[in-house]
Amino acid sequence: MITAEQKPIQEIIGYIAPYGKILLVGCNECVTVCAAGGRKEVGLLASALHLNSLKQGKTIDIKEITLERQCDPEYVEELISYINDVDAVVSMACGCGVQTIAGRYNTPVFPAVNTKFMGASKSQGIWEERCQGCGDCMLGITGGICPVARCSKSLLNGPCGGTSAGQCEIGPDTDCAWRLIWERLVELGIQDRYEELNEAKDWRPAGGAGPRRIIREDLA
Amino acid sequence: MENFEPEIVAFCCHYCAYTAADMAGSKRISYPSNVKIIRVPCTGKVDAIHLMKALEKGADGVYVAGCLEGDCHFKNGNLRAKARVARVQKFLEDLGWETERVEMLNMSAGMGEHFAKTAREFTEKIKTLGPNPVKEVKTASKAV
Ligand code: SF4
Ligand code: SF4
Repeated sequence: MITAEQKPIQEIIGYIAPYGKILLVGCNECVTVCAAGGRKEVGLLASALHLNSLKQGKTIDIKEITLERQCDPEYVEELISYINDVDAVVSMACGCGVQTIAGRYNTPVFPAVNTKFMGASKSQGIWEERCQGCGDCMLGITGGICPVARCSKSLLNGPCGGTSAGQCEIGPDTDCAWRLIWERLVELGIQDRYEELNEAKDWRPAGGAGPRRIIREDLA
Repeated sequence: MENFEPEIVAFCCHYCAYTAADMAGSKRISYPSNVKIIRVPCTGKVDAIHLMKALEKGADGVYVAGCLEGDCHFKNGNLRAKARVARVQKFLEDLGWETERVEMLNMSAGMGEHFAKTAREFTEKIKTLGPNPVKEVKTASKAV
């Protein structure tokens, strides 16, 4: 899923300072799971914004709504009944959601979260990066461990000389992805695979050729 | 300000603080009537939004009273509550509010005296902090 974290509250306050009526929009998918912008976080942020205004002797009008999926036009259409009554929208979805709203309505839209990475949950409250969407997945030859996202240098043939006691040279908290790949290949009994060099990767599908798009003729 | 009687909301766990409050009562140990108790099945049930809403609605102080650490009836609800209180305190700090308006307390069911003592101390602390700033706006808007 896409992970995100709430922005510093003062940054959000700064964005909405000129406006009196705010539509605060959460998303029921990724950002709900990573506890950054679901219904609960919408409630908390609204409450924090109310406390901020009240402390300054003012009130602020906030309509809270959480859409099923903010990156789908069908769901963003649901905002039609509220949008004319507000001065600005604050979105708690990832950047995809913010842009879907911005592309649909003529009302200023501000992000309330910083979108971080495509990751997986390691345990309660901990998410780690797992994929960079390179467009040509290598997991089939690396034992299911991604060198693009998990090697700090995205090396296709590793490890580099910086690996130390199985950890990456950027810090002891980061596993060396190539150590993990090696261990996994051994575990699967296919360590011979390690001898085959991976050729230089074509980074065009990874975004090197500009913004990417998928068109499914059968669906479009 | 001199006659300021704070309104305090205390989320009390059924298995410890609530029973402690009960015990304070049966032992005739008095504690300030400012403290309004909300009984919860476990402090792990108290979410950040409950604390924020209490402040938003004008409570001058809010505390969560759970079992002693390591003694939670549901294993670690009190530790979850502690983390949520810390989160709300961080929110308050970022907003320029006094973080002391929200607090986590721990006690066992037998600590009636301690319940009364902490209730008194918290009430005193909030008296020094003064009223929740939200109240003035609410009163002003009511007057309009
Ligand atoms: S807008 Fe789409 S991609 Fe973003 S968090 Fe919501 S469901 Fe996930
Ligand atoms: S190889 Fe590419 S597509 Fe596969 S997990 Fe890594 S970044 Fe994602």
